[in-house]
Amino acid sequence: MSDLVSDVLAGKHSALARVITNIENRAPGYREQVSALHRHAGDADVIGVTGSPGAGKSTLVDKVAAAYREQGLTVGVIAIDPSSPFTGGAVLGDRIRMASNAGDMDMFFRSMSARGSLGGLSTATTDAVTALDAFGKDKIIVETVGAGQNEVDIVRTADTVAVLVPPGSGDDVQMLKAGILEIADVFVVNKADLEGADRTVQQLKEMLQGRSGRPDTGHHGTITGADNEGGAVSTTEAVDWKPRIVETVANRGEGVEDFLEALGSHAEYLDRTGRREKQARERYAAEIRTLLREDANGLLSAELERRGGLESFLDEVVARETDPYSIVDELLAPLRDCLAEERDSHHG
Amino acid sequence: MSVEQEQEERTIRCLVAKVGLDGHDRGAHVISRALRDAGFEVIYSGLHRSPDEVVQAAVQEDVDVVGISILSGAHNTLVPKILDGLKQYDAFDDRLILVGGIVPEDDQAELHERGVDEIFGPGASMDEMIAYIREHAPER
Repeated sequence: MSDLVSDVLAGKHSALARVITNIENRAPGYREQVSALHRHAGDADVIGVTGSPGAGKSTLVDKVAAAYREQGLTVGVIAIDPSSPFTGGAVLGDRIRMASNAGDMDMFFRSMSARGSLGGLSTATTDAVTALDAFGKDKIIVETVGAGQNEVDIVRTADTVAVLVPPGSGDDVQMLKAGILEIADVFVVNKADLEGADRTVQQLKEMLQGRSGRPDTGHHGTITGADNEGGAVSTTEAVDWKPRIVETVANRGEGVEDFLEALGSHAEYLDRTGRREKQARERYAAEIRTLLREDANGLLSAELERRGGLESFLDEVVARETDPYSIVDELLAPLRDCLAEERDSHHG
Repeated sequence: MSVEQEQEERTIRCLVAKVGLDGHDRGAHVISRALRDAGFEVIYSGLHRSPDEVVQAAVQEDVDVVGISILSGAHNTLVPKILDGLKQYDAFDDRLILVGGIVPEDDQAELHERGVDEIFGPGASMDEMIAYIREHAPER
């Protein structure tokens, strides 16, 4: 075991911070570090928080973290902000709003930037969660601006997902459009003291009628239309989670208790129904697939480079001497042979 | 293609910290933005931070550069507290420590002695600061 990993397990803050840096940079050795930490992880509750910019995510997370700390629990927060597509630079400003936990080392807050990566960010986030988990954090909160698919992937690394919806965030059609709403286990109408909050709550309620729970991988067949049939709902209720709607005024700490209660009852639901384990399996399956794709892609890119780069094949394709399929076949042939050989030698 | 090129170059992370009582952070905003545009990741602390909070941020964010901005004249008491805190968490050696603000010459020597790498006064140019960081950001 590397010194860094044993330092993390021994509760050394700078070692935890360095491992996360290695994960972000994909620095040499980071994979071995994450592998070693994985064995020590698995006890934390992971909560995803997303929503549009200015919805009040950081302020709410700050108050939630403070409440957990009061219960004697340790907390880790990962806050993800966008980076400039031009320079790669970023101002990571969520830390400013962590005032309730200032100076408290057992509240570990880490800012991450998107660094322009497509699939890589969700992998990095998952790995950072593993590090915090192995370090011994009881609650881990992943906070990200909800803007697109990338964010959906990231919050799905969480056991429970909360989506913040600011009052007056549009008409019913916006609610139908926004794909990010489908991932919520808990909706939070923050800034509930503002005008339009009641209407937003009402719209959310209407939207939730006609569907039940986070889109599932299909252990039940009646996601839509069930509640028209009265009885149908009650039969699926035992298995399905009905998203809660909570109203908060985070900067005054109002509604935070309700929010914690909703998170707690979702956690209880996950345990009671065996859903937690199922979700974990799904997550690891997705992670393994992502890593396989990335690594295979890396191998093949290197091979392509060795053969003179893509450019060198293009002339032949454009001149119609060969075609894309043949080139891919040719590039993959050694890999295919290699795997076949491996298979045979194991049987022989 | 450009993504891969970016990843070969390590992203430099900087903390821009306002410590103590001074209530002015226009300068810190300008610096944060300039560092961002230089391609760095910047964590801005917000106003009125205590030395403990700055240490917490510098350790947890694992920044390469700790930039402390002080205009109030309290650098002699606040900066050493931050340096001691960083040492306590093994987060001093591989970090560049910069101070920005109005620091009389006599105090500068003492801050350097305590471990501050460079002090940028009112006349310092942004390019100069960015070049300094690029050149001196610690190898890890």
